[in-house]
Amino acid sequence: MQDIRNKTKAFLARFFQNIDLGDDEDIFALGFVNSLFAMQLVLFVENEFGISVENEDLDIENFRTINAIVHLVERKTTTQMTV
Amino acid sequence: MKIELTPEQKQAQAAFRAFVEEEIIPVADQNDREEYTPPGLIEKIAQQGFLGALTPPEYGGSGMDMITFGLLNEELGRGCSSMRSLMTVHSMVSHALLRWGNKQQKARWLPDLASGTVLGAFGLSEPDAGSDAKSIETTARLDGDYYVLNGIKKWTTYGQIADLFLIFAQCDGKVSAFLVDKDAPGFSRRPIKGMLGTRASMLAELRLHDCRIPRENLLGGKGFGLASVATSALDIGRYSVAWGCVGIAQACLEASLKYTSVRRQFDAYLKEHQLIQHMITDMITNVKAARLLCCKAGYLKESGDPETIMETWIAKYFASTIAARAANDAVQIHGANGCSEEYSVQRYLRDSRVMEIIEGSTQIQQITIARYGYQETDLTGNSVMLKLNA
Repeated sequence: MQDIRNKTKAFLARFFQNIDLGDDEDIFALGFVNSLFAMQLVLFVENEFGISVENEDLDIENFRTINAIVHLVERKTTTQMTV
Repeated sequence: MKIELTPEQKQAQAAFRAFVEEEIIPVADQNDREEYTPPGLIEKIAQQGFLGALTPPEYGGSGMDMITFGLLNEELGRGCSSMRSLMTVHSMVSHALLRWGNKQQKARWLPDLASGTVLGAFGLSEPDAGSDAKSIETTARLDGDYYVLNGIKKWTTYGQIADLFLIFAQCDGKVSAFLVDKDAPGFSRRPIKGMLGTRASMLAELRLHDCRIPRENLLGGKGFGLASVATSALDIGRYSVAWGCVGIAQACLEASLKYTSVRRQFDAYLKEHQLIQHMITDMITNVKAARLLCCKAGYLKESGDPETIMETWIAKYFASTIAARAANDAVQIHGANGCSEEYSVQRYLRDSRVMEIIEGSTQIQQITIARYGYQETDLTGNSVMLKLNA
């Protein structure tokens, strides 16, 4: 779990320079998020953690904070391993 | 590091080139003049499996890797940008369905799209919404088991003859994607004529007047706005256009090499004049550089790397601007002949201008790529430009 958190933080740090993002901080509320960033975030999560983001996962709540992303990855990892 | 096509990719490239030489180049200027693509030509393209390029074999497609798909777009672009446009918009719809469609939607549409029985087209732009895509005014509202769409879409490539439209509309305050059949009640279209370039690509204006489509024709979720369907479809479109621009530049180069080898002025072939050599050198160098950028974007796509998004922007920006330069120089080299319909270079020039506008204008790309540069650079430490060099 710490590995997922660290990798996610490192990815987000490229987009949120000079901001120390808290684990529960709303990244969409920070203002400079656009559709390109959102797509890169989805690709990052899929590529880095080997999961497949489906339509039903495309809820903004799943990507709003570092903790939410970690939770999504953990949930998808468990689900897709058991399928 | 190895920059080389696989034997299979080389074989595919040779087959694409042969097809374009035989079936597309001989009719490209005529189709451009008539602003028309004969159905028989689309059938031939479909028979080659090109319309199912990105669709996996399980849905009847060719399942090409991204580099092979790129090579196909280069060859089509070398022959005729309108045919490359067909590949672009059709692939955008297929890819959107493949990526974001549910099982039923995939089973319903992908086999027909792959075979070419159904032609796909993309409806995002509107009379008052181009680069500012999130400001589209077309609306969709749920009414029982149907969505009701109202609005106008403009500049829809192959909109005159497409069967299935990927339409974007505001729904509950969010941009969402809908699959609209040409026979849906309330759907109509009118041809757009007299365009500067890609004149054979049969543009249309689409009118949605209380257009009713089944609620299951919503594609993808609503929560991510433009991020899911539109952004991923445009990424594929941008990639296709980037390679198509490499094709235009390559066509300009080949035409210029040929012409300067037979045309004589001042008792010497044009190729012996150093100012001509300057233009040829720029074409050779730029087309090679653009192709490498496209390969990089394709390689990253193949590996699912998020960097592919920005690398595709960079490839398209560079390829479209050098295509316009190459076409401008090719016309200059051909002189009065270059301004005549007897030579294809005038078509390349007109088509190249369109490339700097579609799938992200040059100016939008300049803004986006510059922002990416700052994002990728640590200005506070000693590693300035390190990431960008990777």
